[in-house]
Amino acid sequence: MNERTSQRGELVVVGNGMVGQRFVEALRSRDGGGRWRVTVLAEESRAAYDRVRLSAFFDGVSAEELSLHQPDDGVDLRLGEPVVAIDRERRRVRTGAGEYPYDALVLATGSYPFVPPIDGAYVDAGPDAIGPTPALRPGVFVYRTLDDLTAIRDFAKGRRNGAVVGGGLLGLEAANALRLLGLGTHVVEFAPRLMPVQVDEAGGAMLRRYVEELDVVPHLGVATTAIRSRPDGELAGLTLSDGSWLPTDLVVVAAGIRPRDELARDAGLTLGERGGVRVDAGCRSSDERIWAIGECAAVEGTCYGLVAPGYAMAEVVADRLVGGTAAFPGADLSTKLKLLGVDVAAFGDAHGTTPGCLDVTFTDPATRVYAKLVLSDDARTLLGGVLVGDVTAYPALRASVGGPLPGPPLALLAPAGDGTGTGSGIAALPGSAQVCSCNGVTKDQLVDAIAEGCVDVPGLKACTRAGTSCGSCVPMLKQLLAVSGVSLSKALCEHFAHSRQELFEIIRVREIRTFSRLVAEHGTGRGCDICKPAVASILASLGNGYVLDGEQASLQDTNDHFLANIQRDGTYSVVPRIPGGEITPEKLIVIGEVARDFQLYTKITGGQRIDLFGARVEQLPQIWRRLVDAGFESGHAYGKALRTIKSCVGSTWCRYGVQDSVGLAIALELRYRGLRAPHKIKSAVSGCARECAEARSKDFGIIATDNGWNLYLGGNGGFRPRHAELFGTDLSTEDLVRYVDRFLMFYIRTADRLQRTAAWIEALEGGLEHLRAVIVDDSLGLCAELDAAMARHVGAYSDEWRDTLEDPDRLSRFISFVNAPDVPDPSITFEVERGQPVPAMGERRPVTLGLPTTMGVPS
Amino acid sequence: MTLDTTINDDVRWTTVCAYPRLEPERGVAALVDGEQVAVFRTHDGQLFAIGQRDPIAGAYVMARGIVGSRGEAPTVASPLHKQVYDLRTGHCLDVPGVAVPVYRVRCRDGLVEVAPGHRPTGES
Repeated sequence: MNERTSQRGELVVVGNGMVGQRFVEALRSRDGGGRWRVTVLAEESRAAYDRVRLSAFFDGVSAEELSLHQPDDGVDLRLGEPVVAIDRERRRVRTGAGEYPYDALVLATGSYPFVPPIDGAYVDAGPDAIGPTPALRPGVFVYRTLDDLTAIRDFAKGRRNGAVVGGGLLGLEAANALRLLGLGTHVVEFAPRLMPVQVDEAGGAMLRRYVEELDVVPHLGVATTAIRSRPDGELAGLTLSDGSWLPTDLVVVAAGIRPRDELARDAGLTLGERGGVRVDAGCRSSDERIWAIGECAAVEGTCYGLVAPGYAMAEVVADRLVGGTAAFPGADLSTKLKLLGVDVAAFGDAHGTTPGCLDVTFTDPATRVYAKLVLSDDARTLLGGVLVGDVTAYPALRASVGGPLPGPPLALLAPAGDGTGTGSGIAALPGSAQVCSCNGVTKDQLVDAIAEGCVDVPGLKACTRAGTSCGSCVPMLKQLLAVSGVSLSKALCEHFAHSRQELFEIIRVREIRTFSRLVAEHGTGRGCDICKPAVASILASLGNGYVLDGEQASLQDTNDHFLANIQRDGTYSVVPRIPGGEITPEKLIVIGEVARDFQLYTKITGGQRIDLFGARVEQLPQIWRRLVDAGFESGHAYGKALRTIKSCVGSTWCRYGVQDSVGLAIALELRYRGLRAPHKIKSAVSGCARECAEARSKDFGIIATDNGWNLYLGGNGGFRPRHAELFGTDLSTEDLVRYVDRFLMFYIRTADRLQRTAAWIEALEGGLEHLRAVIVDDSLGLCAELDAAMARHVGAYSDEWRDTLEDPDRLSRFISFVNAPDVPDPSITFEVERGQPVPAMGERRPVTLGLPTTMGVPS
Repeated sequence: MTLDTTINDDVRWTTVCAYPRLEPERGVAALVDGEQVAVFRTHDGQLFAIGQRDPIAGAYVMARGIVGSRGEAPTVASPLHKQVYDLRTGHCLDVPGVAVPVYRVRCRDGLVEVAPGHRPTGES
């Protein structure tokens, strides 16, 4: 097949930063017809990552977790291959490796850190210095890429003091990084206050108090005039413009950024007055085939150093390239961030530069909250503001800029608790107000999404992308759901006004052992198919013994009741446990014999075990008698419980394996078998980074490293596939088991009914970080209880099928008809398909593929 | 196999089991004159009998559903797709127009008896 049909255009994207990546995603989602073939040429050797959260790297977040890369077979991503020239006449770009033709070229080259001409900052930078940043002397760093951060981290080892040149947003981020690396930290800022661009003087003063409390020393109103070294070449310190001397072992220069426009400059494109590729409102440069987006673009002359305007530009160009007419809407330069643990936000006309504008300020030295609103001269229209210390009001205020105030000014500014209280803010907003500025989502779009059935924050995120970038608008999403009349009731069902978590606590604390007592004391009616299995699961989690004893039996869904999985024709399937997917030939033969003797359909499951289908209720004990005698036990495929721990073959056999993944998987499966939970739990262990066990698609996944195990939490396949997130690296087996124990028990205690771990973590205030605090740092003081609960589970485990077979009372349930226990259900009949029995059902149609056809050959 | 059938009050009652054989809030399947019937005992000791066939899925499974209540109505939920039925009327409370047949059932001398030939649905 000819790959180059005349219909398709070559699209080359230069740069794979946040904006470049967003552009590619936006284009691919709009270009359903495959109009463009996309090639991305990137300078960094790493695919796009979240530069906004760069500093999280020092909090232990891995490079992998910061990744924004979305694998896409339709995109040719070439990392570490920077473009060195654009040949506009021949419409080609050149890299070190070759040339790439283009029909459209999108520049997303971003910016570089600006290093002022400070004496001693550079290694003797000769005229041959390549790139925008000549080589900095050892010990002097910029703060832009993951490589920069890695270099800072490595250099900081064994050193004591660090200084940051620049007290703006990036400078304070860098200062926090140095703090976290254990260095005494200084910040040198030329302006008389910190974050001069974002906050006013009073806000800066409040900020300074916070910063000083963290032992970060600000030096304000002074410039750095020289960086001096000791005779041995090590850094000695900084000379400041007031003549003072600041000794330091390491310097991070965070004095601003400049657009990467050198390619455009060399190609003769028009640049902005202060640099940047000059583009029109459609983000098109002076060459109609070349576009520029993000920090390298000067939209009608102005460069923007924030990600939200960059994303907006990405959307504009994606739209234009599929024939649209989108235009850059102008930028919302609002910022909200947490710097050094202090919440800071600035929005709209934060400095009150509008003629005749009025300020309303609120300062509370006790809580150290500072807030300022800038109003129009008639005090009716909100123009902007600054918040330091408490930014609860930020989403509502930011969305109100240019419109009427959503409430009386002081009521808006005074610390208002969790911000979800009144909802007055969002209700007062016009429909066109942008609630999520990162992704440009308006209130109207959210209201529509709610009307179409979104009932919670994760739903809104999935439908609209609102809240998926910086997350600052999530409280607004909650408010919006509340005022839209979506009931966020936690009630489990009509019989209980409690959430599952609340019921769990009631049952645990009051030591309730029966549903009857629970519903009599805390509920109404007689329960239903929702609350009864949920309560049964809680009772089981709390170690109430055999799941079918006494009244508990009546609570169980049919699967738990018969310890098997009901199928469409009313028969059941049987899944013996095969821990880690490891099985002896003898056991395999037993499974084969049982299947043959009872005429069961057999299929290998996704969890590395074997499912036997078509068993009638009265056959289940006979089947299990054979299986138990051969050493099998229940696989709990029927329960909201631990299912399987899949494994790859690991270091025992595999030439790549670095740890015994099978051994760990078996040990963990035996440890957690039978554990009842709000939903099923799946796991896997991979023996090396090749990840053959697909551990990252599991509730808890484990990947072997040279030094131990990496633990990933919160993945799943299913309806909404999710990758698990990295929780810990290079863990010892002991630590790994401890964390998994606590993770599972905390999940079992606090999750909603049928809430899988991914959604549970998402719903936790503080997400994975909160989870880490609870199960690693014991922030809630729960760890001992969680450990004890798991120890009880492990100690009390008993195979449900063995227990069932040993008790005639329990066996008496497994009958077809109470008055004819030996008569098989006459409605169950089978036919044969591919040599196996399958339900005989009139409407079922087997899939056949017809004759082979030649594909993809154009006539 | 013997199916115990007695004639009384012009109704032929089939004995399906002893009353204590029924667990509270759980069902059993019984064969009554060749028909599959699901017999339930609710928490207050009342007996109900409905058709064993789930009219939506077409499988004979109703006795294996979870027994409970919705408002005042004693209910059972299909174990396949959880549609809820009123045990008194057979009406599906989730899908309008769907119902299971309802049978007469009684306890006599400690024995549970079902009358074959279901009543028209919709009458209590």
